[in-house]
Amino acid sequence: MNEPTTGQCGLDDAALAYVEDPLWRWRGLIRLGRDLLRDKVALMGAAIVFITVAAAVFAPLVSPRDPAAGYIGQRLKPPGFVNEEGELYLFGTDQQGRDILSRLIFGARVSMTIGIGVIAVAGIVGTVLGLISGYYGGRTDDLIMRIVDTQTAFPGLLLALVIITMIGPSARNIIIVLSINGWMVFARITRGIMLTIREKDYIDAARLVGCSDVRIMFRHAFPNLISPTLTLITLELARIILAEASLSFLGLGIQPPASSWGLMIADGRKYITVAWWLVTFPGIAIAITVFGVMTVANWLRTVTDPEQRVRAAPTGTGSG
Amino acid sequence: MIRRLLQSILVIVGVSVVVFVITRAIGDPARMMMPLEASDEQVEAFAQRMGFRDPLHVQFWNWAKNAVRGDFGDSLWQRRPAMELVLERMPATLLLCFTAIILALLASIPLGILAALRPGSWLDKLTTSISLIGVCIPDFWLGLMLMLLFAVSIHLFFTSGYGTPRHLVLPAVTLAARPWGRITQIVRTSMMDEMHKTYMVTARAKGLTEQKVIISHALKNASIPIVTLAAWELTRMLAGYTIVVETVFAWPGFGLLAMQAIEQRDLTLIQADVFLVALIVVAMNITIDFIYAALDPRVRLA
Repeated sequence: MNEPTTGQCGLDDAALAYVEDPLWRWRGLIRLGRDLLRDKVALMGAAIVFITVAAAVFAPLVSPRDPAAGYIGQRLKPPGFVNEEGELYLFGTDQQGRDILSRLIFGARVSMTIGIGVIAVAGIVGTVLGLISGYYGGRTDDLIMRIVDTQTAFPGLLLALVIITMIGPSARNIIIVLSINGWMVFARITRGIMLTIREKDYIDAARLVGCSDVRIMFRHAFPNLISPTLTLITLELARIILAEASLSFLGLGIQPPASSWGLMIADGRKYITVAWWLVTFPGIAIAITVFGVMTVANWLRTVTDPEQRVRAAPTGTGSG
Repeated sequence: MIRRLLQSILVIVGVSVVVFVITRAIGDPARMMMPLEASDEQVEAFAQRMGFRDPLHVQFWNWAKNAVRGDFGDSLWQRRPAMELVLERMPATLLLCFTAIILALLASIPLGILAALRPGSWLDKLTTSISLIGVCIPDFWLGLMLMLLFAVSIHLFFTSGYGTPRHLVLPAVTLAARPWGRITQIVRTSMMDEMHKTYMVTARAKGLTEQKVIISHALKNASIPIVTLAAWELTRMLAGYTIVVETVFAWPGFGLLAMQAIEQRDLTLIQADVFLVALIVVAMNITIDFIYAALDPRVRLA
């Protein structure tokens, strides 16, 4: 990653900058980190995201119990329940006597896996098509953008439900349908940026020294996409977490015995009058996670877009 | 304008083709629609009768020919014309969505303005955070929580059904939460932008009351993004996001019908439902363009 860009395209400024400051590639990131520490709300959002990701990665280590093991003898116990062996069930137990906290922790894993999966698929497809569209222009651009416009006007959730019904609900298929709904935003933003840089001197220079189109797109144009796409990725992550929860709630997402936050709410719905905690805690988990992700997205947008930065300053949300 | 219409036709045809391909080409529609215990011969006979064994383009042509004449086939589940069933459910969904968007606008505009007037105040901070919460809360969960509070604990509203305003309150509030949050945010930011513009100084200098300056100058100019967003949120609801809320509250709109059709594996009904939704979305998009042009004289319909 941090090797100078002196490929077959010849020397460029980056190589020179590299010699003077070995950390030049990371300067932006370091400044971003410093900004984050100054913004309390954004820091909270980042902490939420960090905790959720950590819970997802280390689920088997941090969850107090097996999320699938239940004892009918202690079903529907309220939060703070302590059984005969003195084991605490912080968030209570569900209709099968399973520990809700452990199920929430494993639920984070499902949300994050699907989120990352969709962003990977939709992001790659959308970015590649956007690059092609913006780079070649003309007919190719017309065709790709026509598809984007048409598909944006599709009733996305409804089609997702129909597709899932036909191909069967599973984690992989959820990733497929949500990617089908999500690639257009990536294509649109990438194309927009590609259009603005297409006529830049360094692109012409790269072309003159004989770089292939693919190399120009990925080696020279791609770095310009990173910061706007980062904001989009976080925003999309929030959307995907909510969408997965909705699909699972409707019974067309994650299927038992696997669990997800949306599915926990769907299951707990039957017991809502006798056991409020079955529905309440997974919902709070979704809301807090989405809140964290969105806060980070808002913050990223303000720090990466100078115009936003000026606007945010007098309102007190930028720093403080 | 012609370009816009072509685009709309493309969307409707596109959606129809996609739904058609999904429902007919993936898996065996006949096997899917028939009961599990049906024998292979029965399934085959049914497939022949429904035309599922014809080539796909022939099937689509037959469907499209009838669809143009308004015949979307009979629902196998209800044994009635599918489009009739969908249209029957339309008033309920429209009532729910329009109530929700009106609620959202009524609650967000005053709050957004107040927040924009005093940037950085506690009210501004509160508005910013609760509007963000409105966007983050999953609607189906909010619906269940409201149900728990207002229908189960104190019997103020009904948990499900349709007919009286007491049935409408909870689903409409649930559906309004997200648009409310987003509209509040945009009212706040666009009002804040307008407040700093020079025409505000002029308006004040000519002796207008502060109220008049805010309402008839700032709000009027800030209205374009607000109206656009509200229309967009309404489109989003109608495009199928009512499904979840309608399912939670058993609200008999076409969202719930779509869910029931999916559960019943009633492909004819699913097709009719999706077709109508696509039509509504296209109509809404055209309306948004018109509103946009009406509000901003600089925009001309191309």
